[in-house]
Amino acid sequence: MTARTRVVVTGLGTTNPLAGDTATTWDRMLAGESGVRPIEDPAFADLPVRIAGTAAVEPTEILDRIRARRLDRSSQFALIAAMEAWKDSGLDVPQQAGELDGDRVGVAMASGIGGVQTLLSNYDAMLAKGPRRVSPLAVPMLMANAPAATISLEIGARAAVNTPVSACASGNEAIALAADQIRLGRADVVLAGGTEAAIHPLPVAAFANMMALSKNTGDPTTVSRPWDTGRDGFVLGEGAGALVLESEEHALARGARIYAEVLGTGITADSHDIAQPDPEGRGGARAILRALADGDIDPANVAHVNAHATSTPQGDVAEALMLHATLGGHATDVVVTSTKSMTGHLLGGAGALEAVATVLALHHRLAPPTINLDDLDPQVDLDIATKQRDLPLGDIVGLNNSFGFGGANVAVAFGSNG
Amino acid sequence: MSTEEIRAALAEIVNEVAGVDADDVQLDKSFVDDLDVDSLSMVEVVVEAEEKFGVTIPDDQVKNLKTVGDAVAYIERASAAA
Repeated sequence: MTARTRVVVTGLGTTNPLAGDTATTWDRMLAGESGVRPIEDPAFADLPVRIAGTAAVEPTEILDRIRARRLDRSSQFALIAAMEAWKDSGLDVPQQAGELDGDRVGVAMASGIGGVQTLLSNYDAMLAKGPRRVSPLAVPMLMANAPAATISLEIGARAAVNTPVSACASGNEAIALAADQIRLGRADVVLAGGTEAAIHPLPVAAFANMMALSKNTGDPTTVSRPWDTGRDGFVLGEGAGALVLESEEHALARGARIYAEVLGTGITADSHDIAQPDPEGRGGARAILRALADGDIDPANVAHVNAHATSTPQGDVAEALMLHATLGGHATDVVVTSTKSMTGHLLGGAGALEAVATVLALHHRLAPPTINLDDLDPQVDLDIATKQRDLPLGDIVGLNNSFGFGGANVAVAFGSNG
Repeated sequence: MSTEEIRAALAEIVNEVAGVDADDVQLDKSFVDDLDVDSLSMVEVVVEAEEKFGVTIPDDQVKNLKTVGDAVAYIERASAAA
C-alpha cells in the first residue's frame, strides 16, 4: 500500500474586520484588538442590533471600480483573500510555480448565504423602478458559487471548483474537501477558503429575531465574549479567508515555503435540530474524533484549539464538552482560543479565517488571545488564552473547529512544520 | 438634445458601466469590437440610456445597435417619436 498523499499549506490570505491582509490581521490578533464597531448606516436605525465586525478595508479600495461593480461583496472579499494567498504561495510567479497545469488546480471557496446583498439590492430596484431595472449581472453575481468561479477565472483553475455550503461550518468544510481533492489525486493545488458579506438589515434582523445575535448595547468591542458569563449571542462579521493547499510532493518540488500540514479532517452532522446545536456536542465530538483518527493523531499532541465558540450561551458550553469528550484528561492542557472575540462571526468565512489563524499559531508558536473573557463560565473547564500564549516546540497539532446551522460539524487538524 | 449631447451622455453611461474612457466612445466605434462592452454590460448600458433619455429600447433592437452611432441615432429617433 502506498503512503497517503500529504497535503500542506503554502499560502495564506484574508480580509476581515481586523485588517485587509494576513500580516496586519495577525499582529492585531496577537495584540487582542477588536474589529467590532457601530454600524452608522441609517438603514439599520430601527434594528435591535447596530454593531458588527465590518471589514477593516473596503474591498472597493483594492479592486478597480468596474471589477468591483460586477462582483457581489462576498466575491470581492473572496477574490482579495484568494489573491493574497496565491501570491503568498509564490504560484503567481512562473519561476516558482514550475510547470503548473491549470487542469490540476482546483478551488473550494465556501459561502454561507451567497450574494444576499446583490439579491436584496436588485429586489429593491425592482420594487422602486420595475423589473427592467434588475441587473443582467444579478444571477452571476448572487449565485453561491460566484466567489469560487471568480477565483477560478483569476488563477486559471480548471479542476473541481466547489462551493461547500454548510452555514457557519462552510469555510472549514472547504478546507476539508480541498484536502480530499488532493489526496484523491484529482488536483495538485486547491485554493480553499470561505467568504461572507451579510451585514445588511435583512440578515441582521433575521439573526436577531432568532435570538442568535447579542443585543448588548455596551461598548461594541466588548460584546463578543466567548465563554464569559456575560455572553448573550454572537456579533456578525464579514470578510474572507483563503489558504493554498498543495500536495507535499508538489510543494517540495518547487521549493515552496510550507506553513503547516493538513493532518486530518472530520465532517459530521448532528441530525438533532435545524438551528440548535446538540447540547452535549456529540456531533461535534465525532467530527473531532474523525479528524484525529484521519490524521492518526495522539490527542496528547494537540497543543492548540481555535474554537468555533461564537459567544452564544449554549454553543460555547457544548464545545467545551466536546473537547473533554475527545481529548480526555489532556483537554485542560491545550491552549484554547476563540478569535471570534475579536473578529465577530464571519459565518461562511469564519472557518477559513480561523484556519488562517490556526496555521499562523503553529507557524509562529503563538496562540492569539480570547478577549473580553472577564468571568469564565463555571461550566467551562478549559485553559483559555486571554493574552497571547507561547505554544510548545516540536511536532504539535492545532485543531480548527466549525459548527453550523443544519447541524454541520467540521474539524480540521493541522500539524506544525518542523 | 443634439447628437453630440446624446453621444456625450451615452459615453458617460458606457464609462460608468464598463469603465471605458468616455473620450473613446465616438460614433464610429463598435461596442463589442472596439470598446469591449460585452452583451450583459450592453444590457446595462441600454437600461441606463432608457432612463437617461426617456426612451424605450426593446431587447430585439439591442442587437442592431452595433456602433455608438447606431445607438445615438436610435435614441434620436425614439426621442423624436416620443
